[in-house]
Amino acid sequence: MKGLPSLELQKRLASPRWLQTLAPFLSLLLALLAIGILFAALGIPPLFAFQRFLEGAFGSSYGLSETVVKSIPLILSGVGLSLAFRARCWNIGAEGQLLIGATCATALALAYPQWPRAVLLPAMFLAGFVGGGLWALIPAVLKARWRIDEVVTSLMLVYISSNLVNHLVYGPWKGREEMGFPYTSKFALSAQLPRLGWTRIHYPTLVLGLLVAVLVYILITRTRWGYEIRVTGENPEAARFAGMSYLKTLVLVMLLSGGLAGLAGVGEVAGIHYRLRYPEGISPGYGFTAIIVAWLARLNPLGAILTSFLLGGLLVGGDALQVALGLPAATIFVFNGTILLFVLAGDLLARYRIRVKWRVTA
Amino acid sequence: MIDFILSALRAAIPAGTPLLFGTLGEVYAERSGVLNLGVEGMMIMGSVTAFGVVYSTGDVWLGMLAAAMAGALLALIHAFASITLRVNQVVSGLALTMLGLGVSGILGRGYVGRPLAVSVNPVNIPILSDIPVVGPLLFRYDPLVYIALILAPLLWFVLNHTRWGLSLRSVGEDPATADSLGVNVMAVRYLAVTFGGAMAGLGGAYLSIVYAPAWIEGMTAGAGWIVIALTIFSTWDPLRALLGAYLFGGVRVLQYRLQPLGISPNLLAMLPFIFTILILLASAGEAIRRHIGAPRALMQPYSREER
Repeated sequence: MKGLPSLELQKRLASPRWLQTLAPFLSLLLALLAIGILFAALGIPPLFAFQRFLEGAFGSSYGLSETVVKSIPLILSGVGLSLAFRARCWNIGAEGQLLIGATCATALALAYPQWPRAVLLPAMFLAGFVGGGLWALIPAVLKARWRIDEVVTSLMLVYISSNLVNHLVYGPWKGREEMGFPYTSKFALSAQLPRLGWTRIHYPTLVLGLLVAVLVYILITRTRWGYEIRVTGENPEAARFAGMSYLKTLVLVMLLSGGLAGLAGVGEVAGIHYRLRYPEGISPGYGFTAIIVAWLARLNPLGAILTSFLLGGLLVGGDALQVALGLPAATIFVFNGTILLFVLAGDLLARYRIRVKWRVTA
Repeated sequence: MIDFILSALRAAIPAGTPLLFGTLGEVYAERSGVLNLGVEGMMIMGSVTAFGVVYSTGDVWLGMLAAAMAGALLALIHAFASITLRVNQVVSGLALTMLGLGVSGILGRGYVGRPLAVSVNPVNIPILSDIPVVGPLLFRYDPLVYIALILAPLLWFVLNHTRWGLSLRSVGEDPATADSLGVNVMAVRYLAVTFGGAMAGLGGAYLSIVYAPAWIEGMTAGAGWIVIALTIFSTWDPLRALLGAYLFGGVRVLQYRLQPLGISPNLLAMLPFIFTILILLASAGEAIRRHIGAPRALMQPYSREER
């Protein structure tokens, strides 16, 4: 008699390289299919939705330029997270680190508008890096000293930083000439990043992002410290026996990933808005989308360049979709969540075979 | 002053009730060895489902049931991913939260700004509610407060003094041994995670149909993450979850009661989250002193072939 079917996973003896490389893209396609089905179930015509979505993100030069614009903060934060996740440091607070970076840069821009551009802009990036890094150091210290789970603390700090930004733009930093909007005053020209032609692509940040991706790739693959990160993540026991300091890895990895998210925040205020605004106005969840960027790239910083472009497109397409169909802003999270789940599963299926077993019950 | 304290205490209990539902569920899931970071997503799916059902049928209990099912359904996704497919539990839970936030936003778009025709009223427990001071403080809440209140000791008893509880705990501590003793590790974990989802769904439902009857996008506003922290604070013990949840209810009440003093509402809104970190600090000290830790097999997928 046939009983309940049960799924079993069997490790593949050899996982072909093409399968490992292709798996994320196949998962992405399957995820889009699932989203289509989910949309149909929610009463949204899926084909129309996808059409609007693709047109919005990649269908025009404006859409493409916006996709690049949104991929900038994703590269910076995503590269940082791929470093942290490799060491199994679950920094899921990049969103907060980004906001703190934006806040620190704004503080400089508002305080020293008279500084020359060549001094002020680099100083703002530095401030954003240090601010984001120190913000990420809080969960690192809590984990190192008291073994407190960094997932919860890094996320709590997102809520705290978002309330801090709200406090600033509704209160002490509110610009007088902003007609009651929760914005700071507009930055002086010396604090504004140059853009590419008619687009909103603030190319200095883009170049910085690409540079960082390459540097972190070299760091992970070619240096002793990168080796320690990988060993710490894959086999903490072995790392300890080999005399590697978990503490050092944890602190450095959190500092760097937080700092990079902070840089992303600087790019948004200095390159896009020219002011600090309410938190949702600065970032539509870049810090969370960056988690998918990192994971989709299989934690490879160079791969993160490609995946951040894809997910930047997702954000732009999502916007177009929301406008066309009158959907709420949270719609983008349906994409994010579904894609993340499928990428996770796909990652696994590249390494395992699924077998259905029929358990015989007498 | 005494009046202020009494009324704050009175308000803390309902404010802590959604957290209590969620924490009790997460305690069970984690005791079976599965970390589910999707509580925020499951809660908000509960909120929107309950609101939708109560809005169209007027039946509060049907709404609660539907919310529990919605939470459980979402939890099943995590169960399949983390138990059967053995993917990374942190990332899968995060994906669940995103999915819940997104789907609830789409489902709820017709409910924004709509009022509910029915409301859940407090019941005055006869005689007891007439005792001065204690009566109003303890015996005049809505039925769901009492359900959560009774569930805590009940779940504590099941966990610590029944065969089922023993199976659950053994699966979370040492799945290989449990398996060799004939416990179906997979089934126990599936059940625990699904139960956790149902409880989170109930917590979300309490928010949208009792505590602040309305549907607002993203209305759980981090409650699910506080549940994750409370699970750690409660040292995975349903009875201590009671303490943690009401304590947090108190913080939430304080947040609103302090506003008239002229403190920025945005700074006050940080309170629960700062308090969460403090509470984790406090329990970390205690955990080190008393040698209590997370269930030993937490976040460790189980497979016969690879044990």
